[in-house]
Amino acid sequence: MKLTNQEYQEYLNKKSPDSTLLKDLLWAFVVGGLICVIGQAIFDIYKNAVGLSDDMARTAVSVTMVFIGAFLTGINVYGKLAKHAGGGTLVPITGFANAIVSPAMEFKKEGLVLGLASKMFVIAGPVLVYGITASVVVGVIYFIMSFFGGGGI
Amino acid sequence: MMSYINAFWVGGLICAAAQVLIDKTKLTPGRILVAFVVIGVILGGLGIYDKLVDYAGAGATVPIVGFGNVLAKGAIKGVNEHGILGALMGGAEAAAGGISASIVFGFLIALIFNPKSK
Repeated sequence: MKLTNQEYQEYLNKKSPDSTLLKDLLWAFVVGGLICVIGQAIFDIYKNAVGLSDDMARTAVSVTMVFIGAFLTGINVYGKLAKHAGGGTLVPITGFANAIVSPAMEFKKEGLVLGLASKMFVIAGPVLVYGITASVVVGVIYFIMSFFGGGGI
Repeated sequence: MMSYINAFWVGGLICAAAQVLIDKTKLTPGRILVAFVVIGVILGGLGIYDKLVDYAGAGATVPIVGFGNVLAKGAIKGVNEHGILGALMGGAEAAAGGISASIVFGFLIALIFNPKSK
């Protein structure tokens, strides 16, 4: 019996709606939690062993985790983990790196400019568009509020 | 040790929340990432998210919500330093390391490796 992923998912849902959700949640919780623990360990190294400030150490953690996520995507490990972990691999910053590398690799055959480089932003693009726009809105609101009683956000 | 436990369960819960959206709604992963970043910007703008960062460390900063928090805090810092122009500068400036790393590492890794044939 040959099923597409979606058909298989529907089949699973019919078979065991509750246990599937529970299993998915457990996977997402454990894998997502563990990725954050790894992040915390890297943070402690940057802070205590390297001596970076909290803010710099957090940036260094993001940079490191982005590299790890991109590399694990390159060697086809992250995708396999994501099949089980779902939200657990999507939401951490490693998942952001995965969302960049995965389509970029896939479309490399269409060229290095309009294939690889442009497809890097299929998901990362919207994240940056909405994230940066929202942050500018926050900044503008903060600026306006600073005229009424000193910016008490 | 406590910091690792807090990072684990808070980070895990944020990921589990995304899993509920994946299983129970038709939201695609891209939309969930966008939603989580914007939630991070809002919570960061209200000054709430930093309390979670203080408590959970990487459990709050590693999820993409933390990226939104960095953007919002950067925009506020930018306004404090440069006025209204800082609203445009601060967010991207604060997130520059992560953004540039994503672009450069993403580019190099995609250049070097090929997708597994199906």
